[in-house]
Amino acid sequence: MSLTELTIADAASGLRARKFSAVELVRAHTDAIAALNPRLNAYITTTADGALKAAQQADEVLAKGEARSLTGIPLGIKDLFCTNGVRTTAASNILKNFVPPYESTVTANLLRDGAVFVGKTNLDEFAMGSANITSAFGPVENPWKRNGDDAALVPGGSSGGSAAAVAAGLAMGATGTDTGGSIRQPAAYCGIVGLKPTYGRCSRFGTIAYASSLDQAGPMARSVRDCAIMLQSMAGFDERDSTSVNCDVPDYSAAIGRSLKGLKVGIPAEYRAEGLSAEIETAWQQGIEWLRAAGCEIVDVSLPHTKYGLATYYIVAPAECSSNLARYDGLRFGERVPGETLDAMYEATRRAGFGPEVRRRIMMGTYVLSAGYYDAYYLKAQKVRTLIRRDFTEAFQKVDVLLTPTAPTPAFAQGEQSDDPVQMYLNDIFTVPASMAGMPAMSVPVGLGATGLPLGLQLIGRPFDEETLLATGSALEQAAGFTHRPAIRAEAAK
Amino acid sequence: MSLDPATVRRIARLARIGIDESDVPALQGELNGILGWVEQLNEVDVEGVTPMVGTGHAALRTRPDVVTDGNCRDAVLSNAPDGVGPFYTVPKVVE
Repeated sequence: MSLTELTIADAASGLRARKFSAVELVRAHTDAIAALNPRLNAYITTTADGALKAAQQADEVLAKGEARSLTGIPLGIKDLFCTNGVRTTAASNILKNFVPPYESTVTANLLRDGAVFVGKTNLDEFAMGSANITSAFGPVENPWKRNGDDAALVPGGSSGGSAAAVAAGLAMGATGTDTGGSIRQPAAYCGIVGLKPTYGRCSRFGTIAYASSLDQAGPMARSVRDCAIMLQSMAGFDERDSTSVNCDVPDYSAAIGRSLKGLKVGIPAEYRAEGLSAEIETAWQQGIEWLRAAGCEIVDVSLPHTKYGLATYYIVAPAECSSNLARYDGLRFGERVPGETLDAMYEATRRAGFGPEVRRRIMMGTYVLSAGYYDAYYLKAQKVRTLIRRDFTEAFQKVDVLLTPTAPTPAFAQGEQSDDPVQMYLNDIFTVPASMAGMPAMSVPVGLGATGLPLGLQLIGRPFDEETLLATGSALEQAAGFTHRPAIRAEAAK
Repeated sequence: MSLDPATVRRIARLARIGIDESDVPALQGELNGILGWVEQLNEVDVEGVTPMVGTGHAALRTRPDVVTDGNCRDAVLSNAPDGVGPFYTVPKVVE
């Protein structure tokens, strides 16, 4: 089997058995990036030279028999994680020349465990988007194609570059961040697995902030087991993030294949929403049957405030973003544009530096926090957020995990959705509620729709119970036998 | 609630984002579209509900107010748009 088609788990055993070297493994991926990235645009910055040097060191470590969980494994890093000495742009012009002098905790953890970074993956600007079309470095193309149709599809967003890279074999796994669905929705659109951990499970230190009470880093990979391996490395308490939670990190791989006998799976009635495509409805029903066959008890539950999740999100997230992005002022960092007065300099810098979606969200946030409107919008949204969380807490008194669709439709074509921001926001309708409540959630590919595009199902778990997600996700994965691969991929390009 | 052009200009000013007069109609339409859509939250009874700040999985920790990773002045300044020696430079703002 080609080196770009292996799972992380198989590659790690292959490296230990000396079936191939880390240099060979990494070179297969950097060659694939050189061949396909000009088309897919999955990476903003590639780091082939550094990766090959790191691979040589990995081979020395392997020779000494001192390999760690990710020694020699090529990963893509979303360009929202600060990487020491490697440009980190957040896909924004305002940070196009930013070279962090420090390493984010999540990437430092992956490096500690031997991972080799092959590049920084593309994303929606400052992670604001659901289609990876707002990047200042251009859109990412989804490596999947509709049957008999060459139209360029979106990979989803905001972690669209990570999802496309993993699907196409340009990385064995990648980091993502998820604020309202930015790991799960692109994972579903690209036919891979993506896991958003419980808020507080992975450190946010060194991750460029969008909406701090929602942002959470997580793994994206081609199997549930690979996500478990990556999460094991990424998770853990960090003193430098005041919202990091100090609780033990369990052995995630041990959850894979665990018996589901007696597990109670909730099916929330409110996720049968308008706009849910028939093929996704069918996939959801199939998922329910698979879990029933695996010994689960299926329980109907109600999450009555589901329909308010998105509207709440589009008040809370812009409010936090307007505050977080105030730091890009052209004084301390950011590309400075001169102006006659200090205010004129700020305004010129921020107009030139931010794209339209980021400007729009900053303005929305500024408005909902402004005097006279704070109570009507922001305070109200915070209260509705409490009710959304209460829905989940009550459901988890009856069930162990929830099963829902990840997104209402499969991937769509670039330019196919209207310019209306609200229409675009609806792509995240099923992922946002778990984000608002801080619950862990995962998307698993379960099949192909009528047009040949991957469909994903979402599992939502109790806080800090990622193990149940991994156990249930691995059962879905096994039942679905999802071995489909996209049209554009490293192996096919040879 | 519907934003008028003056309010759009005021929000842009508060956000320190420069806009041209020609940007105002489109921004007004988009922001009003979003605000009209979030009005659905008025259907929700939030009487007596405590607002949720963060996700509440842990109380916010504090630590002593001391430097923990000092002696990295050059690193701190390494991305300054403009600097002289160990200083940030900013445009002259007082005549």
